[in-house]
Amino acid sequence: MNTVTELIKNLADQHGRQRNNLLPILQGVVEQEKYLSEFSMKAIAKELDMSAAEVFGTATFYSFLEHKKMGRYIIRICKTISCSMKGSNQVLLAIEDMLKISLGETTTDGTFSILQTNCLGFCHQAPAMLINNEVYTDLTPEKVREILSMYINKIKEGAPNEN
Amino acid sequence: MESKIKIKINGETVEVEKGTSMLEAAKQVGVIIPTLCYHKDLCVAGNCRVCVIEVVGQKRLSPACATPCEDGFEILTNSLKVRNSRKYILELLLSEHNADCTRCYKNGNCELQRLASEYKIMEQDFIRLVPFKNYTIDKFSPSIIKDDSKCIRCQRCVRTCAELQGVNALAVAFKGDQMKITTFFEKALNDVICTNCGQCINHCPTGALVERNYIEEVWDAIADKTKHVVVQTAPAVRVGLGEELGFEPGTRLTGKMVSALKHLGFDAVMDTDFTADLTIMEEGTELLTRLKKVLVDHDPNVRLPMATSCSPGWIKFIEHLYPEHLDILSSCKSPQQMFGALVKTYYAQARKINPDKIISVSIMPCTAKKFEANRPEMHDSGYRDVDYVLTTRELAIMIKQAGIDFNRLEDMHFDRLMGESTGAGVIFGSTGGVMEAALRTVYEIVTGREVPFEKLNIIPVRGTEGIREVSVKIENPLKEWAFLDGIELNCAVAHGLVNAKKVMNSIISGQTNYHFVEFMACPGGCLGGGGQPIPTSPEIRQKRAEAIYAEDAGMPLRKSHLNPEIIKIYKDFLGEPLSEKSHHLLHTKYVKRGM
Repeated sequence: MNTVTELIKNLADQHGRQRNNLLPILQGVVEQEKYLSEFSMKAIAKELDMSAAEVFGTATFYSFLEHKKMGRYIIRICKTISCSMKGSNQVLLAIEDMLKISLGETTTDGTFSILQTNCLGFCHQAPAMLINNEVYTDLTPEKVREILSMYINKIKEGAPNEN
Repeated sequence: MESKIKIKINGETVEVEKGTSMLEAAKQVGVIIPTLCYHKDLCVAGNCRVCVIEVVGQKRLSPACATPCEDGFEILTNSLKVRNSRKYILELLLSEHNADCTRCYKNGNCELQRLASEYKIMEQDFIRLVPFKNYTIDKFSPSIIKDDSKCIRCQRCVRTCAELQGVNALAVAFKGDQMKITTFFEKALNDVICTNCGQCINHCPTGALVERNYIEEVWDAIADKTKHVVVQTAPAVRVGLGEELGFEPGTRLTGKMVSALKHLGFDAVMDTDFTADLTIMEEGTELLTRLKKVLVDHDPNVRLPMATSCSPGWIKFIEHLYPEHLDILSSCKSPQQMFGALVKTYYAQARKINPDKIISVSIMPCTAKKFEANRPEMHDSGYRDVDYVLTTRELAIMIKQAGIDFNRLEDMHFDRLMGESTGAGVIFGSTGGVMEAALRTVYEIVTGREVPFEKLNIIPVRGTEGIREVSVKIENPLKEWAFLDGIELNCAVAHGLVNAKKVMNSIISGQTNYHFVEFMACPGGCLGGGGQPIPTSPEIRQKRAEAIYAEDAGMPLRKSHLNPEIIKIYKDFLGEPLSEKSHHLLHTKYVKRGM
């Protein structure tokens, strides 16, 4: 059995196989896989005896349940008004420039993806962003370059995958 | 407990059952409230807001479809507030709707268009968002076209696919201004588990879901003098067609329909009912053969129950959802495809026409038939067996285009060779019909006597219950069928794929012990098919069913095996049921598709 299938089976055993157990299972898969592939969604649909389209509908409704292949580190930069007023735009440009990808894309080596997010609740320390589950605040172009360099070094040193 | 309550609608006092929706209550006093997302076949969604009304004393307007009446309510359905709100709601819906009505297939039969016309939506107070939206038009399916630019997201199709069909090929995805009705990973409909049943088309209030039409192709064929264009008409078409042409639901128009088809220029007008009778001969014999293999030979490779295979929506459903259980299906092709295979062989030979020159057209109450005709298995005549499939609606369009005054047409008969049918063939158009037709013939083959129901009417398999059962005890069979003596033949009928799912699950889990099951994809069977006139409702389908059974009762012959043209085709061409020739032309195989 494929590891994702196994993961989904375990998650279903843990949370249950009713329709209302779908969300924790989706979250569980995203936690390990970073995104929900067609394969995983079909496997979940099969496990819960529902249609794949319904799983897709649910997954696409919620933020943080990506359905496109994502990099190892997902950068989510806040797109709401406070961060915007404090220059999140320039921060985004700095990230795009450094990683040579645009918003919504993933680096070819599969390390970083850049996405936007709604308010993270850090308006008082705007602009803010997430890298996976880590929050970074009071960002400036310089600061964000330092943070990304730290991640790049971490990978060079052979940091194990965060999972 | 008092179950009646009193309310006032526009000043008029009405007594209604407790729990009645405001929409229903208003209807009882002849007040019409406009609706879009509401449909009698489906659960209430309350998302389009077009049916808003004012409850005196309440600040906010309420959707009439989703609000139950309470004692003492005073309701206004036409106050200024209501009128203005409705107008704004319609304008907002239209601001995201590709309202290029003259170029729309649903022009003239669109609920949104009708409301826009009623409320005279002329100004444009809201920004037109259509040019900014990246709408998808999916034209890859041979049956259904899905155009998101016409969609108002009322979700009738989603509820249809879920509640009536249990398929859920369509779902609501994304959110906010991105929200749309789509499939798994936004794939094309022919790339997902869609059964092509077309019920979403029947329930769509706009042109977002329509059949792929082949009207021009058929006109071209008719105009081509080198082609011999043959048409077949399915049983349910004759009781539905009238609704598109101004007749009441349930008007039987067989003779006029034949006449209209001749006026359109078809070279031969024949009847799918003929191959319905033929299906009974093949499927009935197949059932008896299977019973013998299971009960006498204990053949481990043969399984009961045997499931019917006439409904292509049901076939694609089982191929997707139960690919491990395809062996329960009868190997018989549907009547449409049997007809197609015979037109380019038997008919061509008898009429001395090169099958190359034959274009075979079918008029079906069904959109899945378009997919079925397109299946690679359906080329057993050496050609594509059925070239074009038109729905009842498309036929009505052609009749109108041709300027035929339907009322003045004289009744005509189907052409000979494959135009004769019995009452058993006609009732294929209703849920339970195939079962009833099969029992009429099979019982007689086995016992030599007529099936023991008054006037051959097997009432238990008729009706609108989603799943119906009948057991027929076989007593004193003919010597050849002695092994069936005393056996209760357990039969079941399911219509609407959501019911098919229940029956399949009960078969697989071993809860039921059926010998023979009829499955129809659409609610009511073919008469409620995805290619039938719009609108549809339980009442309309009931009327069509009554017409079908009246048609059956009026036929001189009501058992398939007595059809003289059936006797002739076996004598002249096929030999006997399940002969080698039959197997080649009339039977097929199925494909495991998965989800």
